[in-house]
Amino acid sequence: MQQVSVVDRVGTGVLGAFESVGAIATFGARAFVEAARPPYDLREILRHVYQFGSRSAPLILTAGFAIGIVLSMHTRASLERFGAESLIPAGLAMALIRETGPLTAGLLVAGRVGAGIGAEIGAMKVSEQIDALEANAVDAFKYLAVTRILALMIAMPLLTILMDFSGIFGGYVAEAAVSGMSWRLYFERAFSYITYSDIIPATLKTIVFGFLIAVVSSYLGFTTSRGTEGVGEASTRSVVMSSMLIILSDVVLVKIIFFFYPAVSG
Amino acid sequence: MNAVRFDHVSKAFGALKVLDDISFEIPAGRAFCLLGRSGTGKSVTLRHIVGLVQPDSGKVFVEEQDIATLAGRELAGVRKHMGFLFQNAALFDSMSVGDNVAFPMRRHTNMSGDEVRERATKKLADVGLENDYDKMPADLSGGMKKRAGLARAMALDPPILLVDEPSAGLDPITAREIDELLVKTKLGGTTLVVVTHNIPSARVIGDGFAVLQDGRMLANGTLAALDASDEPLVQTFMRAQGGG
Repeated sequence: MQQVSVVDRVGTGVLGAFESVGAIATFGARAFVEAARPPYDLREILRHVYQFGSRSAPLILTAGFAIGIVLSMHTRASLERFGAESLIPAGLAMALIRETGPLTAGLLVAGRVGAGIGAEIGAMKVSEQIDALEANAVDAFKYLAVTRILALMIAMPLLTILMDFSGIFGGYVAEAAVSGMSWRLYFERAFSYITYSDIIPATLKTIVFGFLIAVVSSYLGFTTSRGTEGVGEASTRSVVMSSMLIILSDVVLVKIIFFFYPAVSG
Repeated sequence: MNAVRFDHVSKAFGALKVLDDISFEIPAGRAFCLLGRSGTGKSVTLRHIVGLVQPDSGKVFVEEQDIATLAGRELAGVRKHMGFLFQNAALFDSMSVGDNVAFPMRRHTNMSGDEVRERATKKLADVGLENDYDKMPADLSGGMKKRAGLARAMALDPPILLVDEPSAGLDPITAREIDELLVKTKLGGTTLVVVTHNIPSARVIGDGFAVLQDGRMLANGTLAALDASDEPLVQTFMRAQGGG
């Protein structure tokens, strides 16, 4: 009897998870369709781009700088063994631009912006502000979700570039402290092996991260119930779900990048 | 022409039946007051009119259009003809009070920024909040939020105004001023649907009245008809707060 109950519970959980994934996918697909239809709410999109950017930039800059220092120390420790210290800037830049920068930026933005979107829309839901938008003949889905999704898709690559450069600068500070290398030499060496196929696909994949964070967070905000407790839950789940989706989608995106840019995998 | 018509509308949320076979009609330019104890389906009735809730059975007509069959631009078109004051005002808390009132004008008119500000200030002055344009909703008292919500509902001078407990949380003087504003709005040709517990207010504003109890319509008619009703609850209501 106990076994049946466990099986029931697991089955219900799995079905619930599939149902959520289906609902979020439908939500995302609807966002795509609605994004193409006027009115475009450009002002609202730009306002969100600025908001997301200004909210996340200090975090991204600080984290990028610290990661650059740590990566530099690790890279030095590894390459010193082979007498290849001159490759430290290039190795660090490669690691940052291809993977560490985009992924870390995605996870940080999921925590900073994703939580905010989930909480903000959730609070609007429980205080009838979404109903008030609808009653004012405004498509709440388009006004609240689509504008945020598009804004985060624009902001994410910009924040990633910020992360990359702040990481490279952090790496330079660490390297300069140890070897006294000049900024100009460091910069030249850092970009000596980097090509556009390293920078562009890795940066553009964060558009997908931005889409996933905003879709998941907006969906959880729109489906909030149970008052302030529900708002808190929407905020937390936004971070957890979008972080998980970023990591999972990164596996697929890297594989796709390797398929279209074989030189990157070599 | 009827501005609003309910035709045998029923609605349940799960096992809870909120509206049970409700029918009434409101001629354009008249004020209709929905009375009843808390939780009897009055607010749900308003939400049906604006299309936020769909009936399980029956039909809701707004300006002779079945609201449940409308979507997208058609639904938005009908909604632009309505203003809705929510029970808790539902002000957008990320915008100032003035921007809340200006919001429908910015979305649905081609007015310039200066015109929008001027008109929003006028609407706020109508409810006694002309000095609060730049305040945030969090800085307002409950009664002030209610008045700001009313100003937003009236921003586009809609032909139909839905008002959920307009005088709740207001002092008697402000409540009377709001009543006078609603009467003035009605005399300007606006159809009013007012949910209220305040019977003296309802007597001032209303042309037609309905009393709901457990989702059913207990009484529906003029003030005289309701005052003469044999129904104990209707009598209690109509005689409440010094009325009748």
